[in-house]
Amino acid sequence: MTESKKTILLIDDDIDFLTQEQMQLEAAGYNVITASSIKEGIETLNNNDFDMAIVDLMLEDADGGFKLCYKIKKKDPSIPVMLVTAVASETGLEFGASTDEERSWIKADKMLTKPVRFEQLKREVKHLLKD
Amino acid sequence: MEEIRVLIVDDEMGMRLGAQRALKNFKTHVADVDVDVAIVVDGAESAEQALEMINNHPPDILLLDYKLPGMTGLDLLEKIAPHKENMRIVMITAYASIDTAVVAIKRGAYDFLAKPFTPAELRAQVEKAVENLVIERQAKKLAQEKKQVRFQFIRVVAHELKAPLAAIQGYLQILQDLDLTKDPTQYNKILDRVIIRSDGMRKLISDLLDLTHIESGKKARELTEVDLSEMAQMAYETVLPSAQERGITVNLHNTEPIKFLADRSEIEIIFNNLISNAVKYNRDNGSVDVNITPTDDKVVISVADSGIGMTEDEASRLFGDFVRIRNTKTRDILGSGLGLSIIKKLAYLYNGEVNVKSQPDVGTTFTITLRHTSDVQEPQEAEHKPTEQ
Repeated sequence: MTESKKTILLIDDDIDFLTQEQMQLEAAGYNVITASSIKEGIETLNNNDFDMAIVDLMLEDADGGFKLCYKIKKKDPSIPVMLVTAVASETGLEFGASTDEERSWIKADKMLTKPVRFEQLKREVKHLLKD
Repeated sequence: MEEIRVLIVDDEMGMRLGAQRALKNFKTHVADVDVDVAIVVDGAESAEQALEMINNHPPDILLLDYKLPGMTGLDLLEKIAPHKENMRIVMITAYASIDTAVVAIKRGAYDFLAKPFTPAELRAQVEKAVENLVIERQAKKLAQEKKQVRFQFIRVVAHELKAPLAAIQGYLQILQDLDLTKDPTQYNKILDRVIIRSDGMRKLISDLLDLTHIESGKKARELTEVDLSEMAQMAYETVLPSAQERGITVNLHNTEPIKFLADRSEIEIIFNNLISNAVKYNRDNGSVDVNITPTDDKVVISVADSGIGMTEDEASRLFGDFVRIRNTKTRDILGSGLGLSIIKKLAYLYNGEVNVKSQPDVGTTFTITLRHTSDVQEPQEAEHKPTEQ
């Protein structure tokens, strides 16, 4: 780990998941900023510097997370973005960010399916931040 | 318009063509299930030809002659076993001994038509078979839909219970994994959320019990004279702490006793749900107004809040099971999504109804009408239609 803490932006409208994610990531040594709606997310991403973002797919809009991913990548394409979604477990729809075709329309570097295990989350964060 | 296909199997051409002519463009209506039926008719001159046609495209009704050259009608019945369940078979016969009739029925014949018959007799016979078939199909379809609806209901219940449980487990995991001694305020945060989420689960379970009680009809309804003003007062006292916490004023506009013949626990559920909703979906420092208006044949309860309100579209979806209006304004409000659907079912028990008027950011008024009647409705059969948001 580098000497200065890396900052992660979390956007999720599930207050409990957001709180737990924050506690887990802070305990793992990261600095965390949070937002819990699309509007708040856009404000936060415009006004703050961060090294990585973890975004929930289903915000008020069914695809709110996609929009936020797009805005983050537009701000800085080098910022890794992880999309977290309960879509697969709720609807049986399956997609990821693993093929070129999917990456062409999903502006995320990694997708995780809820329920997320925090061990896995921390491992993926570490990987995306190249710690 | 449902299409019913009839196949006539008879080696006498005159007979076959006559029957086809009698049924051509024949339409009927099955009144019991309100279905219009159009008959499409086809003919075969031998059992062998019929067998091939049935295997390719089984008809709905088979008019089958016993005596055929080659394979007989009875033999054919044996060979079409896999299709028979969805088919009505009418045996055509000039003479039928009891023995052959018994064999035919054992092999799936539904009825008999004696030769010679008039076109009207043929149509009456076909009409009877159509009715029998269509009603059976509708019944099967309904049973299937009911199964689906139940399955969907269970799926949503499971999901609604799993979500808070997952949140609680997430916090427990944090308590187990992380050292929070450096920041003890985090303990309080965790405890608050665990209490809120487990309260939500408890509320959902008690709402589910209310709902199944109402719908199963097993709970004996005890109709006594209830004072509605007093019941409103009780509900008011229950919500008072949470109302005061947010500076919300609850105004009960009736103090005089209003007697109404009802089941006490049902009225309790109605007032508790309506008044606690009016507080939950209110703005801080808002108000709730409760009015009870008795008339000769009914009583109208209205609960108005000065809260977040909702759009017409949202209001129209409101009364289904598990419907919760999901937007940024309702995000932090916990609810089971069953409260209003319970109220609607209760209103039905008093030959009444529930109406909602709402304007976003201005407020919502729920009006529930309960009718005086000695002839109260029996609980209706469960019809859960969960609507996912």
